[in-house]
Amino acid sequence: MLNIENLHVSVVDKPILKGINLQVKPGEIHAIMGPNGSGKSTLSHVLSGKSGYTVTQGQVTYEGKDLTEMAPEIRAREGVFLAFQYPVEIPGVSNIYLLKAALNSIRKHHGLSEVDAMDFLTLIKEKVRLLEMDERFLYRAVNEGFSGGEKKRNEILQMAVLEPKLCILDETDSGLDIDALKVVAEGVNSIRSPERSFVMITHYQRLLDYIKPDFVHVLAHGQIVKSGGPELALELEEKGYSWVENKQAA
Amino acid sequence: MSASAKEIEQLIGKEYKQGFVTELETDTFPPGLDEEVIYKLWKIKNEPEFMLEYRLKAFRHWQTMKSPEWAFVKFDPIDYQAVSYYSAPKRKEDGPKSLDEVDPQILEAYKKLGIPLDEQERLAGVAVDAVFDSVSVATTFKSKLKEAGVIFCPISEALREYPELVQQYLGSVVPTGDNFFAALNSAVFTDGSFVYIPKGVRCPMELSTYFRINAANTGQFERTLIIADEGSYVSYLEGCTAPMRDENQLHAAVVELIALDNAEIKYSTVQNWYPGDKEGKGGIYNFVTKRADCRGENSKVSWTQVETGSAITWKYPSCVLTGNNSIGEFYSVALTNNYQQADTGTKMIHIGKNTRSTIISKGISAGRAQNTYRGLVKVLKGAENARNYTQCDSLLVGDKCGAHTFPYVEVKQPSAQVEHEATTSKISEDQLFFCQQRGLSAEDAVSMIVNGFCKEVFKELPMEFAVEAQALLGLSLEGSVG
Ligand SMILES: Nc1ncnc2c1ncn2[C@@H]1O[C@H](COP(=O)(O)OP(=O)(O)OP(=O)(O)O)[C@@H](O)[C@H]1O
Ligand SMILES: [Mg+2]
Repeated sequence: MLNIENLHVSVVDKPILKGINLQVKPGEIHAIMGPNGSGKSTLSHVLSGKSGYTVTQGQVTYEGKDLTEMAPEIRAREGVFLAFQYPVEIPGVSNIYLLKAALNSIRKHHGLSEVDAMDFLTLIKEKVRLLEMDERFLYRAVNEGFSGGEKKRNEILQMAVLEPKLCILDETDSGLDIDALKVVAEGVNSIRSPERSFVMITHYQRLLDYIKPDFVHVLAHGQIVKSGGPELALELEEKGYSWVENKQAA
Repeated sequence: MSASAKEIEQLIGKEYKQGFVTELETDTFPPGLDEEVIYKLWKIKNEPEFMLEYRLKAFRHWQTMKSPEWAFVKFDPIDYQAVSYYSAPKRKEDGPKSLDEVDPQILEAYKKLGIPLDEQERLAGVAVDAVFDSVSVATTFKSKLKEAGVIFCPISEALREYPELVQQYLGSVVPTGDNFFAALNSAVFTDGSFVYIPKGVRCPMELSTYFRINAANTGQFERTLIIADEGSYVSYLEGCTAPMRDENQLHAAVVELIALDNAEIKYSTVQNWYPGDKEGKGGIYNFVTKRADCRGENSKVSWTQVETGSAITWKYPSCVLTGNNSIGEFYSVALTNNYQQADTGTKMIHIGKNTRSTIISKGISAGRAQNTYRGLVKVLKGAENARNYTQCDSLLVGDKCGAHTFPYVEVKQPSAQVEHEATTSKISEDQLFFCQQRGLSAEDAVSMIVNGFCKEVFKELPMEFAVEAQALLGLSLEGSVG
């Protein structure tokens, strides 16, 4: 599904990613861990097409197509979803309006007609229940005045409604209380399928207790310095990043 | 890649869809303005005696006045002698008696604008007066309105048919010497709409006037007068467009509203005069004086405006709250793009007791445009318990445009409460990227954010107008993100 080969990325001439290799197959869950500033969010932004990043080397293919050639909205319509580390507020635009506009633009891209108003309401209410959110959130402006945890949950609501194929979660667990973490994890698990893949960026093993990854990668200084199974996360929790970083330096 | 700041600017290359010219034979005065021209105007319009005096008085006053310089707009001095003060499609003596007599070319022009004047094709519930250059060419649903006792006709016709009524109210809200442009208008106005709603009548349909500038080198000086007698209600809509021309054209209108005891007037405008091209060439100078007098107790006037057109807009729809318990409202969306300039706002003058006013202004600036809110809240001595709430929000698209806010407050009555809130925000790259990441194009994202920003004002517009206004905003922002 996603194939990253020797990806080098710079921000204003400063190299941030220095040769990332990663392969994600349909249905797989990959966790990416790593110290602050190592380039995790950068990777998520490059995959989703944010401006300001220059790919200096390497390539990224998504379903066989060159991802870096695609406009961000096309990537989204083709099934790439990013749950932001810092979701933005959009005053005046209600959550439900955004969701409907987003869903319709994706449907249009796939040659489908606009979603029927009743069907949409049924769908969205089901997802709201799934994420144990108050329906009133639907009618509030996107993320405006939401608490940190509410914003994160809102990202997952959008994901659940839009049903992307490649879900990139950038520290969705940060800022969630223990109960919320469980609800969000259940939300993610409920949309798991053999066709849908996840790349989860996280600092904490806790999330991985609820969503069991197939692979864990450690990103440090712009490179994946170690990969392994779920046990790697436990080891990291115990020994810290210096353990892998040093190993790499050695 | 998502839209960068530079690309956001480009998002603003709009296309003006009403820019066509209709070829017509016209009666047009040669350019120039003196007492002779005013006499000819008065004569050609076959007006009652008092109007000649009214016009000459205004003209003499105007000659002593100077074009105002306090507004935050820049333009080269206008040569008033280079403008033609009368242009009308050629026609029989008295003007069309019915739609059948209207030049088919004009009907076609309105059809192209999406305003069929054919009564069958019109949305039921909206009566239209169409003003083409200097004259009114058609008023629809006249008979139906007459049944209700409502007078809705071109002001030139009202001057002939109901001279006392017009004389009683004309200039009673905006005196001839009120300001430079109002004085000019009073001297040379050619047409516009007249509305009278009798006591206790709720006007059975929305009234609407559609203004169209067609001829080159002419100014449009329209005059609108609306009187809502005791206990009556009317909702009035106004729309405007003009062809694309390289020269600037002058539009100096005066609108007067009078609400008597317990009467209510709702006045909505969607102004889409030609704004000029991307380089700032051409476009309409829209210098308008709009004022309402809430003369009666418990009267109410609401101004709602969506201003997207014109090269320069200079306009302050105001309410004089004379009657006790009267209410004035101003809801405004002003969008400027490319090199457009807008200096707009309102004046709320509290005179009566327990008078209340609300001001909601949304200014959107894109490209290199300048957008200014200028508002005055004045509470006179004796206006006990007067209350005002002002909210003034500016939204910037890109980083070469400007937003300015000049709120003036003068309170002479200690029991008055005046509240003011203001915000300035920018459509950020992060917001755009977020929307794109959810599948929206950058253009749709900007349009969605701008519409969200204007929501409070749009909900004040009559239904069909709100839809039109939203579409217009989208159109006006076309090309403003990569
Ligand atoms: N626009 C920018 N200009 C300069 N440096 C940048 C820019 N964007 C990112 N960086 C730098 O790139 C590096 C990687 O940042 P990134 O946000 O990807 O880290 P991260 O791994 O997500 O960190 P965290 O765990 O704190 O979220 C940081 O050193 C950051 O300062
Ligand atoms: Mg990060």
